[in-house]
Amino acid sequence: MVIKHKNIFKTESAWSNADEKLLCLDTGSWRTERPVVDKEKCNYCGLCALYCPPQCMKDMGDHYEVDLAYCKGCGICATECPLKAITMVPEGEFADG
Amino acid sequence: MVSAQKGQVRVITGNAVGAYGAMLCRPEVVAAYPITPQSEIAELLSQFKADGVLDGEYVEVEGENSAMNVVLAASVAGARTFTATSSYGLVFMYDALQETSGFRAPVVMVNANRETPGIHAVSSGQQDLISARDTGWIQIIVENDQEILDQIIMAYRLAEDYDIQLPIMVNYDGFYLSYLAEAVEIPNIEDVDAFLAPLKQQPERQKLVPGVAIGCGTHGMEMGYVEARYKHCQALERVKGKVDEIDKAFGDYFGRYYGGQIEEYRTDDADIVILASGSATGTVRTVIDTKREQGIKVGLIKLRLFRPFPAERLIGVLKGKKAIGVIDRSLCFGWKYGPMCMELRALSPEIGPAPILSYIDGLANLDITVPHIGRVIDEVSAAAQGKPYQEVTWIPMEE
Repeated sequence: MVIKHKNIFKTESAWSNADEKLLCLDTGSWRTERPVVDKEKCNYCGLCALYCPPQCMKDMGDHYEVDLAYCKGCGICATECPLKAITMVPEGEFADG
Repeated sequence: MVSAQKGQVRVITGNAVGAYGAMLCRPEVVAAYPITPQSEIAELLSQFKADGVLDGEYVEVEGENSAMNVVLAASVAGARTFTATSSYGLVFMYDALQETSGFRAPVVMVNANRETPGIHAVSSGQQDLISARDTGWIQIIVENDQEILDQIIMAYRLAEDYDIQLPIMVNYDGFYLSYLAEAVEIPNIEDVDAFLAPLKQQPERQKLVPGVAIGCGTHGMEMGYVEARYKHCQALERVKGKVDEIDKAFGDYFGRYYGGQIEEYRTDDADIVILASGSATGTVRTVIDTKREQGIKVGLIKLRLFRPFPAERLIGVLKGKKAIGVIDRSLCFGWKYGPMCMELRALSPEIGPAPILSYIDGLANLDITVPHIGRVIDEVSAAAQGKPYQEVTWIPMEE
């Protein structure tokens, strides 16, 4: 048997260093709505980051922003935000959407 | 490596042996839930913790699914882990079993074999281990109390080997061995440390590190899945040679050898061979000695390694034999043969045209008796001489 496949994982186990590259599906392409954070309203409580399924809320030091490469637009962050600082906006309203 | 010191000989049950074996290997996290016929292991390990004999954490869980998930999580965090179960418990952790092998977590588990759910049999049988056959675990079956202890020690050396990194299930016949007290030599813990020391010389396996974000799993990446499964299957292939290697190293140090993947008994000049596993193999040896005196050239293969299946060594022994009889203590639903017989039949092209006779016996605590084995040998012997034979025999149904 001739193995042509080039290994994706460096280790025996299927693990990847998420700081370098998170080996997962292109979940960002699933999105139909985008969470937009109102910096003025955000009190940096971190609940959105805690609830985010693909863990793509980025800690900006005083508020959170969304990593659009992985955000699949589920809207859980907007639902959980106690200050209603996150709004889900349809992708069609953005130039890059 | 010099030899180990003589250990302390105690008369203890197979379950107690399981607990001692685990304790001697210094697991850092133990999680187990009591279930007949394994309960004594969970109780004793809990007692060891209370007495300060066990340094590791003992996590009380609400069921077997949690037990396996606790040891899985601890294992991927780098800990040495141990758990024990049986039957319903094994079935209740079925998803977690596959997670554990998929994560390549070197968990060591003892399984006191018992019949599986469906018709509520609180009795011995190997159906539980057969039901977990395709979970990607290494499965080994042992014969007596001493072998339980020795195999647990060897299991850590195997599972945590850098080239293997797979969970292992050490199986022994529940009720028979779990409650049978036998004289067992318990090695000194320092000698067990010395035997397991080579594990510290190898590169460190991947583990969770606080502050470092790690992605575990293939997350639906098709080729990632294929690659991970390919590596898993390759590792299982490597297990076979490694089992023989570790058995030799263990024997050289502790003075007890088990043959590795299989134990061969009087097979060299045998015309016919009986394949069996677990506690019944002792009885098979006795009957073989009697039949040898009567001039029947019969030998025994004790199947120790069930997953991965020791194909190469079995072919080596069985090639050219005149007939083979396989005694299964479990069923292969959807095939008329027993599971081990079915697996062996997959090797027929390499073994040759010898008839392979399947025997179902010892289900639900029924003994695999001397007359039963005598009958098996007589029938296999007749088949070897070209006489007509029955392909599959449920021995208790014909009595």
